[in-house]
This record gives sequence, structure tokens and C-alpha cells, in this order.
Amino acid sequence: MFEATELNHRNQRTEKLWRLLFLMMTLLLILPVAVILTVLVVKGGPSLSIDFLFTEPTQGMTAGGILPALVGTVWLVVVALIASVPIGVAAALYLSEYAPDNWLTRIINLAIINLAGVPSIVHALFGVGAFVAFFRFGTSILAASLTLAVMTLPVVIVSTREALKAVPQAFREACWNMGATRWQTIRKVVLPNSVSGILTGVILEVSRTAGETAPIMFTGAAFFLPFLPQSVYDQTMALSLHLFVVSTQVPDVPEGLPFGVALVLIGLVLSMNAVSIGFRMVLRGKKKW
Amino acid sequence: MVTPTRDRQPKVQVRDLSIHYGGKAALAGATFEIHEHEIFGIIGPAGSGKTSFLRAMNRMDLFNPAMEVGGEISMDGKDVRKWKNVYALRRRIGVVFPLPVGLPMSIYENVALAPRLGGTRKRADLDVIVERCLTRAALWDEVKDRLDSLGSLLSGGQQQRLTIARALSQEPELLLLDEFSIAVDPVTTMKIEDVLKELRQELTIVLVTNLVQQARRLADRTAFFLTGELVEVAPTEDLFTGGASDERTTAYVEGRFG
Ligand SMILES: Nc1ncnc2c1ncn2[C@@H]1O[C@H](COP(=O)(O)OP(=O)(O)O)[C@@H](O)[C@H]1O
Ligand SMILES: [Mg+2]
Repeated sequence: MFEATELNHRNQRTEKLWRLLFLMMTLLLILPVAVILTVLVVKGGPSLSIDFLFTEPTQGMTAGGILPALVGTVWLVVVALIASVPIGVAAALYLSEYAPDNWLTRIINLAIINLAGVPSIVHALFGVGAFVAFFRFGTSILAASLTLAVMTLPVVIVSTREALKAVPQAFREACWNMGATRWQTIRKVVLPNSVSGILTGVILEVSRTAGETAPIMFTGAAFFLPFLPQSVYDQTMALSLHLFVVSTQVPDVPEGLPFGVALVLIGLVLSMNAVSIGFRMVLRGKKKW
Repeated sequence: MVTPTRDRQPKVQVRDLSIHYGGKAALAGATFEIHEHEIFGIIGPAGSGKTSFLRAMNRMDLFNPAMEVGGEISMDGKDVRKWKNVYALRRRIGVVFPLPVGLPMSIYENVALAPRLGGTRKRADLDVIVERCLTRAALWDEVKDRLDSLGSLLSGGQQQRLTIARALSQEPELLLLDEFSIAVDPVTTMKIEDVLKELRQELTIVLVTNLVQQARRLADRTAFFLTGELVEVAPTEDLFTGGASDERTTAYVEGRFG
């Protein structure tokens, strides 16, 4: 008859202990998120209404809705996406599919990692110098979005490379061995099997910039501008800046209003995430290997 | 079974071939010829440099910066490293490695890929190629009703035959097989071996195998590699009937080591 030894029992107890510890850490991680969401919903929920979403702010931003800020943020994020996705994906393709492993490539990789660590206020100043002044876009959606795009490029590149790395090397070699060029291999094997991952990552990264304030504050976002932007050369309000303004800059704002703005901002980011997850589900329905 | 191969011009000429990985030798000073329309066997224990030779032949050293190739490998008299268009070279060489790779596309597309890249567009032409190659790889009967399902989800043995079909779809002049039967059951192995014997009419085959009996069944001539050294090349029958000039070869084919 098989009998569990004392050692077996001890191993089992340790196993349970570790499992419990890791579970606690995970729950600890979720806690702040849950608290934030609860507070936002409880305090901001009452100020939400159709009118809140679809009208302009009135009475010195202490009443009315947030339509120009909501629309402005969508503009900023979409233009930033359009600017950063082609460049970021192309750079990632070059670095992971073409670049030889030499000192130049390593320096570029290092630069990308460091670029991701540059504080957003520094990007803001770069945006002012480059897009507002040098390229003469003025303070506009274009300048602000390009600043956001530059800021997110490193993470777009990194997340795209992760998606490309998920395609097994054996697939590439099998293709090359048939005489396929790098580009043919990318087109036939690499991209079809990484496009969902690329899109998911890219949308996630860029939609995060919806919450950025510093990079758009000096480049294109307006304090108060109760009109909808007509083109990328217009200035615009933005949710993130509006949240900052109504929480700290304007007197006599009803308590629920900033929470309502924050709730809309989070809702917007989450729905963009939902879009990216939708992409993943549509493009990669089932496991392919 | 052994056809006279002496008078034919060599398909492949290997001169003083040496292969290193990051300075460590995998093959040193190998010189031999592979004749047109023969099955050229390569046997030897693991780590003796057999796979490395196939990699160098197909210019796979370009995939791995640590792999250095010295000496010369010529196909039809031209050094493979002097081909300006390495893609054209690889299209003429079909390769099958021990680990099967079913590409994550349909079974049909797996086999149609190389012809498509080579410029074949018409569906009817592709249909013919796909059926012929899958039949030769002894896979057609099993997959003919589900050509649209994913090649990468076939069983290991089926993926290996799909890999063989893909290599054949290039219509190569030279077919490099590296221990192809490792993932394939014995009955299927025999079917594929029969096909290889027929294919000898059309192309030249290099058969690396860990089964000395497989070399005996198929190869016209066989080379014995041992820890990076080419011990000898001789007509296969000679090696198995005491005609080997090196006693290490005799010991290996008789299963006394390896
Ligand atoms: N990619 C590689 N990197 C480093 N060393 C390698 C690599 N591939 C093979 N080798 C080494 O080269 C030698 C020959 O290997 P290989 O050609 O695979 O032999 P075989 O196919 O006869 O088993 C072995 O010592 C192996 O460890
Ligand atoms: Mg090997």
C-alpha cells in the first residue's frame, strides 16, 4: 500500500501556503482599482446624463455638459493613432524582422527603451518646439496629437515587437527555406498571425494617452472653448485637461462634476480597450498552433 | 538498386568544408561529391555535423550570425555562397528538418505557398501541384477532404509529411532530408521511402538518417560523419558488406557504437 510520507505532507502544506500568498497579492492589486471605480461611480454617477455628454459647459464651467472636451479627446487620440501606428509598426517590423544583431541595432533598442522613460512634460516641451513652433502647426489638434504620438511611439514599438515575437521562429525559417524573401515571409506568415496582437497592443497603448494632460496642455488643448473642432488645425478642449481645470482651477464647481468628468474619461478609455479586445477576438478566433 | 553513378557529372561538390558555431567546430575539412540523380546517404551519431552540412548547403548560415562556413559547396559547379540571389538558390533546394513545421495556414495553402511565390497563379495549376505533392508525401488520402483546415493543427507525423509535400512543391533539383522519419510511423516511412526511390529519376536527394538500415535501403552512396569529421564516402553496399576502409565505419554500421 502506498502511504504519503511526512515529506509529502510538508510539501503539500507549503504548496497551499504559497498559493494563498500569491492569491492575496493578486487581490491586493485589484483593491485600489475597485475602490477608485466605486468612488467614481458613487460620486460621479449622479451627474451623468445624456445632457451631460451632449451639451457644452455653461456658467464658467460650473454647470452644463462636457461635449467639446469629449469630442476633443476622441480627435486627439484618433489623430495620434493615425500618426503613431504606421511609424511604430514599421519600425518594429524592421527591428524584429530585418535588423542584424549589431551595435547599431542595440543602440536603437536602448534608445527606444530610454525614450519610453522620458517624462511627459519633457515631451510637451519638445512638442511646443517642434510641432507648434518649427513646423508652424500652432497650438492645434495636430500639434497635440503628434506630441502624443511621439510620446507613445516607444511603447507602440515595444508592444508590436512582443506581438511579432509570439510568431514562432520555425515558421519564418520554414518560409525562408522555400526561397521566400523577408517581406514575403512577413506578408504570408508573420503579419497574418500577429495582426490581432499588434492592434490590441497599439490601441491599448495609444488610448492610454487619452488621460495625458501635460503633453497637450501647451500644444493644442484649450482651457475653455465651447465649440467642436472643425479640423486638425483647431484647438480643442480635452477631458483630461477639463478634469484638471474643474477640480482645481475654477471656483464653485459642484462636487459631483469632476467625478462625472473622470468617470466619462475612464469610460472612454475602457471602451477603446473593449474595441481592441474585440479586434483580438475577431481576428484570432481560435488557436492556430 | 545501385545504379552506376560514376559517369554523371557531380551535382554537388564539397571542398574542404568547415563549419563553426561561435568559433566551435562542427565540421572540419570535409571534401566529397554528390552525383546527379542519386540518393546520397549521410549517417553518423548525433552531433557529428550532418545537419550543419545541410544548413550550409541551403545558406541557412544567413539566419544565424554565430554560424561560419569555410571552404566551398558548389551546386552545378557554382559556389552556393557566390549566388547573388540566395532566394533563387533556396527555391531550387527543398529541405525537410526533423522537427515538422506545419505553417498556420490551410493544408492547401501550405503546399501552394512555394508555387505561388514562384509565380504560379492559376487555381487549376495549383490544384494539380497540391494533389501531386500531397500524394507523394503519402498524405493525400488522409487530408483530401479537409484541405481547408489548418496545417499547423495536424498530428506530428502528418505535419512532417506536409513539410515533405511543401519541399516537393518547390519542384527542387536537390532535396535535403534530415531524419525525416523521426516523427513518422514505420508504415508511412516505408511509403515515403518508395516515393524517394521514384523521385531519384527527377532529382538528387541527400538523406541524413539516424537509421543505418534506412541508408542501406535507399542510398546509392553513403558518407559517414563522426564528430565533425568525414570518415569516408563509399557505395552503400560496400559499407554494409565489410568493404569500409575505416574500421570506425564498420563498427558504426554494425551497431557496435553510436
Ligand atoms: N545552432 C547551433 N549553435 C551552436 N552549436 C551548434 C548549433 N547547431 C549545432 N551545433 C553544434 O555543432 C555540432 C554538430 O551539430 P549538428 O550539425 O546538428 O550534428 P548532427 O546533425 O550530426 O547531430 C554539435 O556539436 C552541435 O552541438
Ligand atoms: Mg541533426
